[in-house]
Amino acid sequence: MNAITPIDKGASVALGAPIDVTIENVQKAFGDTPALHGVSLDVKAGELVALLGPSGSGKTTLLRILAGLDAPTAGRVLFGGDDALGLSVQDRNVGFVFQHYALFRHMTVFDNIAFGLTVRPRGERPPKAEIRKRVLHLLDLVQLSGLDKRYPSQLSGGQRQRVALARALAIEPRVLLLDEPFGALDAQVRKDLRRWLREIHDQTGHTTFFVTHDQEEALELADRVVVMSKGRIEQVGTPDEIYDAPASPFVFEFIGESSFLPVTVVDGAVQLDGQPLDLAALGAPSGTATLGFRPHDVSIVPDGGPAITGTIVTERRHGGARRLELEVGPDKHRVEIDMAVDHTRLPGGQVAFRPHRWRVFPR
Amino acid sequence: MAATTIATVRKSSVIPGFGLALGVTVTYLGLIVLIPLAGLFWRSASGGLDEFIRISTDPRTLAALRLSFTTSFVAALVNLVFGMILAWILVRYEFPGRRLIDAVIDLPFALPTAVAGIALTTLYAPNGWIGAWLAPLGIRIAYSQAGIIIALIFIGLPFVVRSVQPVLEDLNREVEEVAATLGANRRQTVRRVVMPALWPALLTGFALAFARAVGEYGSVIFIAGNSPYKTEIAPLLIVIKLEEFSYSGATTIAVLMLVASFLILLAINLVQAWSRRRYGDV
Amino acid sequence: MSDGAFTTARLPGAAAIRFRPVTMERRRVRVGLILISLAFLGLFLVLPVVAVFVEAFRGGMPAFAEAIFEPDAAAAIRLTLLVAAISVPCNLVFGLAASWAIAKFDFKGKSLLNTLIDLPFSVSPVIAGLIYILMFGSQSLLGPWLKSEGIQVIFAVPGIVLATIFVTFPFVARELIPLMEEQGRGDEEAALSLGASGFQVFFRVTLPNVKWALLYGVLLCNARAMGEFGAVSVVSGHIRGLTNTMPLHVEILYNEYNFAAAFAVASLLALLALFTLVVKSVLEWRYADEIAATRRH
Repeated sequence: MNAITPIDKGASVALGAPIDVTIENVQKAFGDTPALHGVSLDVKAGELVALLGPSGSGKTTLLRILAGLDAPTAGRVLFGGDDALGLSVQDRNVGFVFQHYALFRHMTVFDNIAFGLTVRPRGERPPKAEIRKRVLHLLDLVQLSGLDKRYPSQLSGGQRQRVALARALAIEPRVLLLDEPFGALDAQVRKDLRRWLREIHDQTGHTTFFVTHDQEEALELADRVVVMSKGRIEQVGTPDEIYDAPASPFVFEFIGESSFLPVTVVDGAVQLDGQPLDLAALGAPSGTATLGFRPHDVSIVPDGGPAITGTIVTERRHGGARRLELEVGPDKHRVEIDMAVDHTRLPGGQVAFRPHRWRVFPR
Repeated sequence: MAATTIATVRKSSVIPGFGLALGVTVTYLGLIVLIPLAGLFWRSASGGLDEFIRISTDPRTLAALRLSFTTSFVAALVNLVFGMILAWILVRYEFPGRRLIDAVIDLPFALPTAVAGIALTTLYAPNGWIGAWLAPLGIRIAYSQAGIIIALIFIGLPFVVRSVQPVLEDLNREVEEVAATLGANRRQTVRRVVMPALWPALLTGFALAFARAVGEYGSVIFIAGNSPYKTEIAPLLIVIKLEEFSYSGATTIAVLMLVASFLILLAINLVQAWSRRRYGDV
Repeated sequence: MSDGAFTTARLPGAAAIRFRPVTMERRRVRVGLILISLAFLGLFLVLPVVAVFVEAFRGGMPAFAEAIFEPDAAAAIRLTLLVAAISVPCNLVFGLAASWAIAKFDFKGKSLLNTLIDLPFSVSPVIAGLIYILMFGSQSLLGPWLKSEGIQVIFAVPGIVLATIFVTFPFVARELIPLMEEQGRGDEEAALSLGASGFQVFFRVTLPNVKWALLYGVLLCNARAMGEFGAVSVVSGHIRGLTNTMPLHVEILYNEYNFAAAFAVASLLALLALFTLVVKSVLEWRYADEIAATRRH
């Protein structure tokens, strides 16, 4: 494969210096099946970006294109201003971590981590002592000191994933790519590793992409979250923006818990079945729209005021609250709301409420 | 009989028929295989140690055993290389005729050895299809050790392919992708990442092909020439001893061959167990 | 060569470049490996089979027919069919019993039993013949008694059958055990809980689950039984028209320089082998998952 813009690894890439990554209108189709419809994204040097979406949203495809494991059908990828697509996987200098670790099982932990250094051409290969020093340092970084002589089969899942990360870091990658790095781990281990990965990132400062379908993980870990669906980017933003100002019903529903009701917008206010709710339309144009709110962002309306009224279908305990499932209006739309635990309402009874935080999406 | 020694700690299972199935299995195994084989060793032992040593150090016996083991080793090596390549292209590449090739691999399992023997001889005899081309060059295959090796390659080929194929199919491609992202070129990836994962399977295939080749008779005797000390394989020497009514001679050679084969298979099993213990399933 | 896995990238400002997945070798290497394989298989596997048929028909159809219908050849074919008709069912019953015991139950010594079943694979056919001579021949302990009772085992049909059974011993079991182990016991336990009897479970649940592997095991066992040479050669005595099986008949004709006749009879055996392979391949393509577990022989 010919490099279009060859990058002189020795000169232009200062070791450890993070770079910007620019993705321009990247498209990908597998045969006739489109996987990415023109995705564009700018990522600043040192950012930790989560690619979040359900399976089939194209997030892993995008990650593999960044690594060079797949080629886009069209579009550009720039690493620090240089065309990356012309570079082979080997020359791209990215660290890639797979969900199932993909450790070399016939090599010790030490040899796994050292692999990327030992395959370098003789001229660029660090001397043995230097390799050893670097591997031991990385083992220390991922908190696995003393396990260098173990084989992968002798490690726990969390330890294996840390070895995989150390192996990726050993080549001093310009970009770090993590594909569902915690997907195969137990809940508790996931939480620990999440916090730990954030610390590692803050120490090393690599430009990092990680793919996940777990919104909690994305919001907790990332500087910015890229929500993807069906091969498109739905929204890019900080965790706060994504959570508080979702740009589409998809994002709203995918992030956190949500309830939707079909409404109409008249003169900048929301009406349900012709009754005003005293909720601002937040800029939505007049016409039909969807009202979205989170179950815990509602208050009960005492008799009289403008409110959404529903019939209780079920009620169950939900964490620190009591969750009611309601049928609203003649079309019996189902919504969920949370109430204080000591509220006891029986199925069949009526509840009137109003969201105190909400979104309106034009339809 | 053996049913009590071999088996009986049986997990409580609701499935019926254990006693009957195991009884049939062990009885049949004992009558057809174990007792006759034990008879061989008993017969060999009753002949006395001196007789055993005399026959096993006889130059003709030693020549035959050496020939059988060296030609089998060379043939198994050839099969190791080509079996690896065949397994690789069958698993990794898409090309017209792939399924046909996959089917053809099993031919040596199904084709009677005598048929293979006369066919190969016809091809490689000095006046044969291929032999006629080689004869003017001074290359002689049939009626020489090369002919024996050719026949042993034929019968041993499927073992390596069929041992490696499933392992290669299960091999995780992500491991190769990771190696590439770490900067390894294709050659480095194959040598340092893929091949180590295949070694146990390759070794198994090699051992099976080797063990089969050592005992092979039908396909070899037609092409070998069968001259004592030169192209006389050990199984043929057993037959010759039998025709001379030298039962102790036949028995001794048979015991030597069996012990050697068992040792080889035992070694393979140990290597496999070791590799499983060490590398596990990651 | 199909290139389904490849993408041609249209990059703005650059000529289209061909993308090769990192798990794939260069095209040159791929084509080279395939050609080497084809040459190797052609030379070592395909050409010998072609030679069998060419040589068989060298004398034309009448000579071929004569070689096959000549009384000694006909007797050899009959004997071969008889031997297969006895030894294959024996090994079938054994294979079913062994796989039932090994796959559906846990017991001490299971792996030893598993190893012992494979034992005949690693015993030279010549030794397989030898052990029966040592057991039933005139030199053996049983010899004088057999002689006084007028029972002849060696240099007669019973010896040929025994040697054939030994050599083809593991085939059915080897196909069934891995498959049945993989399928586990759930189906059988479910059927039993629904009130089926042991025999109903076996014939209506277990057997249908493994029928294709069983068929292939029987076919392979049969091909080997009909084609066995070394073991049978030792115990047969080579009495024309009486204890000659087809492979032995081929040998005799060949050693008499009657090549056309030798290859004519050999071509029948080769046809049987090809038939076995065709059935195997068809089964494998159709029932890939079910047979996959039994890949190793």
